[in-house]
Amino acid sequence: MAAHLSYGRVNLNILREAARKELREFLDKCAGSKAIVWDEYLTGPFGLIAQYSLLKEHEVEKMFTLKGGRVPPADVKNIIFFVRPRLELMDIIAENVISEEKLPAPREAHILFVPRRSLLCEQRLKEQGVLNSFTNIDEYILDLIPYDGDLLSMESESAFRECYLENDQTSLFHTAKGLMTLQALYGTIPQIFGKGECARHVANMMLRMKREFAGSQNQILPVFDTLLLLDRNVDLLTPLATQLTYEGLIDEIYGITNGYVKLPPEKFAQKKPGEGGKDLPTEPKKLQLNSAEELYAEIRDKNFNAVGAALSKKAKIISAAFEERHNAKTVGEIKNFVSQLPHMQAARSSLANHTSVAELIKDITSAFEPFSLPLFHTSSYKNFKPISGDNLSSESFFDNLTVEQEFMTGVDTDKINTYIEDCIAQKDPLIKILRLVCMQSVCNNGLKQKVLDYYKREILQTYGYEHILTLNNLEKVGLLKPQTTTRNNYPTIRKTLKLWMEDANEQNPNDISYVYSGYAPLSVRLTQVLARPGWRSIEEVLKMLPGPHFEERQQLPSGLHKKRQQGENRTTLVFFLGGVTYAEIAALRFLSQMEDGGTEYIIATTKLINGTSWVKSLMDRPEAQIL
Amino acid sequence: MTRAKPEDDDWNSSKIHAFTFDDDDDEFTKLKESKRAVSSILVDDDDDDDDDDDDDVEKVSWSGEPVGSISWSVKETASSIRSGGEHGFPKINTAPSLPKQGSGYSLSSLFKAFSEASTRVYAPELRKPKSECKDYFSDWSPEETVKRMRKGKVYSLERFRSLQDKLLLLDEAVSAHDGNVITAVLIYLKKSLSKELMVREIALRHYVHYLKEMEEQKTLLMQYKEHLSIKDENQRRDFLKTCMRLPFSQDDAIHVQDHYTLLERQIIIEATDKKGEAEIFKKFPRKASILNMPIITTLYYSCFYHYGESEGTFSSPANIRSTFRISEKQYILTALGARAKLKSWFDVDSLFNTKNWLGYTKKRSPIGFHRVVDILQKNNAPVQVLKDYVSLIDDAELKLSLAQKYKCHDIVIEMYRDLKDRQQLIVYQGKVERGSHEDRKIDQLLGNMQIRWKN
Repeated sequence: MAAHLSYGRVNLNILREAARKELREFLDKCAGSKAIVWDEYLTGPFGLIAQYSLLKEHEVEKMFTLKGGRVPPADVKNIIFFVRPRLELMDIIAENVISEEKLPAPREAHILFVPRRSLLCEQRLKEQGVLNSFTNIDEYILDLIPYDGDLLSMESESAFRECYLENDQTSLFHTAKGLMTLQALYGTIPQIFGKGECARHVANMMLRMKREFAGSQNQILPVFDTLLLLDRNVDLLTPLATQLTYEGLIDEIYGITNGYVKLPPEKFAQKKPGEGGKDLPTEPKKLQLNSAEELYAEIRDKNFNAVGAALSKKAKIISAAFEERHNAKTVGEIKNFVSQLPHMQAARSSLANHTSVAELIKDITSAFEPFSLPLFHTSSYKNFKPISGDNLSSESFFDNLTVEQEFMTGVDTDKINTYIEDCIAQKDPLIKILRLVCMQSVCNNGLKQKVLDYYKREILQTYGYEHILTLNNLEKVGLLKPQTTTRNNYPTIRKTLKLWMEDANEQNPNDISYVYSGYAPLSVRLTQVLARPGWRSIEEVLKMLPGPHFEERQQLPSGLHKKRQQGENRTTLVFFLGGVTYAEIAALRFLSQMEDGGTEYIIATTKLINGTSWVKSLMDRPEAQIL
Repeated sequence: MTRAKPEDDDWNSSKIHAFTFDDDDDEFTKLKESKRAVSSILVDDDDDDDDDDDDDVEKVSWSGEPVGSISWSVKETASSIRSGGEHGFPKINTAPSLPKQGSGYSLSSLFKAFSEASTRVYAPELRKPKSECKDYFSDWSPEETVKRMRKGKVYSLERFRSLQDKLLLLDEAVSAHDGNVITAVLIYLKKSLSKELMVREIALRHYVHYLKEMEEQKTLLMQYKEHLSIKDENQRRDFLKTCMRLPFSQDDAIHVQDHYTLLERQIIIEATDKKGEAEIFKKFPRKASILNMPIITTLYYSCFYHYGESEGTFSSPANIRSTFRISEKQYILTALGARAKLKSWFDVDSLFNTKNWLGYTKKRSPIGFHRVVDILQKNNAPVQVLKDYVSLIDDAELKLSLAQKYKCHDIVIEMYRDLKDRQQLIVYQGKVERGSHEDRKIDQLLGNMQIRWKN
């Protein structure tokens, strides 16, 4: 079921198995039949670790979502609460337990805190007078969850907000813990590099934790050669840009959560002979997206402009494979064909799904007609707004992209942008506006006071004064700021790190910039330069970016030093503190696959993000975006 | 505004292909191709999909979630309760998903192995009698104690009696970055330090004051934020009024004041309009109340229902515009939208009229007439109205294309005449109705010997 986790450079299935074993051990601690009451938020991340079948094997007979009142009746011996350590959840649990105890035969209660126990929560349960009602209070350390063959995520949505806005570094503590677990399974990582305040903190905690375990030496041959810790605020620009890879666009448009995406069902209706197209499904179509699906693994990191070609190529191969049956004459041949059938059918349905997904995206991204008319030269398209209802989304997609690319190349970033102005006047979604304004600010190293004041006023007048809270948050994390010096160092950074590439090749990429059709994500450039020729070559730029950069070494016991074979690749774990986008992951995978790259990357993060989910996590009233 | 400066030509051209699809290598064709292929395969094989999936492929229910996934099962087992069925287990993938290994690690065991080595000497808390245990407690250094706290083992803070010890303990907790432990230590300190701190109360007051100063902006906005949880509009208004007294920064103060003024206004307007007595409310009943709407929405509302009221009234557009310092651009856009919605073309017309010092009326707009046309067209303005504004567009190309798009024939014909473009005029004749006024006009022009056609 999770075989795709073991195909990569590093077998992440070991981590998953360890997590599963831990879960089984806890379940067995509560002997007898049981019901689990879920903090609903946890079901997504847990789904990446275990299926219901595992729980069933350990006598879990019912599962409920945590609600006030009482736990529904179920003939079980134990009730186990799987919850995050949140005070408000403790009150609900207390309510549940109190009504349980009024029953003639109360069931045994247990709590499993994910990812950590919390003294505050236990204190709260004590105040509510229920702390002693629990037979087991335990914690389930679910820091790093294997998400795909080369990807680990903590699935902690609020990590960026907590670290940079609220100065709460608990998530960094969890990060360090997670990295210790990882090292326990995959060996001590000899080299640690980092850039940013949070990176520094995590490295310090790791070194400290290592000292505390000094009694025993880790005897596992190191799998990772290098760990690179990167603060998200070192590169605030990348998540703001619209991702242009297939997976990135699926996430931008529909949002991927815990490896699943929900899509409008219309294009997935299967027309079968004999059935009319009457009853179209109304429930959203839910697809799981990971490298277990061969076709998806092949196309997900491509620039969307190259996806059509890949799909049609695949279609031809599959058609040809099905045609084979006409050639199968002997019993042996037929048998052979039949044995391949399940695989072919899976490939076929996967192709059908992704063709539909690509069509859905296409409807939104495809350029609109007037561009091909010779009448219009590029300078006037900006002012031209064709009015055709159906095409509105694609038109705005293109305009939006154009403005993003202007900002990233440094065009007119110091002026009030008319497109942003127009979008506000049209009451486009607030998050879209905020993404653009923040991007302009980042690319200009802060906005002129006059420009900033103008945007702020327009936003507050159009979307409501209460958004002053959100604007304030964005200022606090540095996404939006007034220019303090007249010197804008973004152009220097852009040029030194080659963040903009003129002829990004989308079909057969030769540089990571293909993932944003021209823009090479800063974070990944830093990673690339670190591997070769090393950060010493870019000292100046590193100083312009926020936070310290550093290098640490962890001693290995003698005998564990890896003797590298000629031509053997190094393995680097890149940890994005505060979130990573799918396009950045695609860029790192591209680097891993480069023939003379010399380094393969495993990616870890606090959360998979995109500009929208990221900005939303910083808003103080996100529901107000529905305007 | 011209966007492309000469030096930007390079990237401008490169950016365009970012999401343009060439006709000859069209993505759509490719998608269609693969779709066709898919459906042709589907015809080839109409077995039920669900039965013959490969074993490696997770079984997926219609909602797409794999059968047996946790979130699916939560729903499933819960619903089986409701229906009272006892057999309510989801079909489970019984494939042996995990080897029953005894050798695998579990996460916590890894650390148990490590920590045991260092703590075995000190950690007999379960077997040794309590008194003995206590001795061990009292021996634990701050470092050891914090370590134990973090691991969830038995610990005691009682031995940290002196202020210095307590501070050491706190330092240790802070340097561990474990919020959980820091809180626990603080709660203990709060309990036990009170006496010592009483003496230093004055110092403490100073410190608290200092903290307040430091955090002032944040705290102020936190207070302001409270208003979001107040449902009753009158209470909310009163609360905002109290917020105005807080020492906000200059910018924030203005916004908070505007917010208060706006809500106060809305409450007054709402009280009258709710009754819906005026004619306009009967003709166009309100869909929602105006309370808590943003200022631009409020202005739109005012332009819709209260247009033409004198500036003295709170609900008049003019009054709202000046009270909230709304820019000319925003005002024109909003008023235009509202009046066009009502099809009051006369009001639309007068929005753009300006008199120069000689007394001539001239049309002027802060937003570009192509946008005016855009908004009018979206509100289904008739051609007679549209053409007046199309003809005011500065950019000739834009003007020509919009005139063609909205069938403002006269403008197109006149433009081709001025361009002396005979060929285009002939082409265009094919698009107007035979024998119509426009058709005759083109004939006339084409027959006019005085025009020197360029082609």
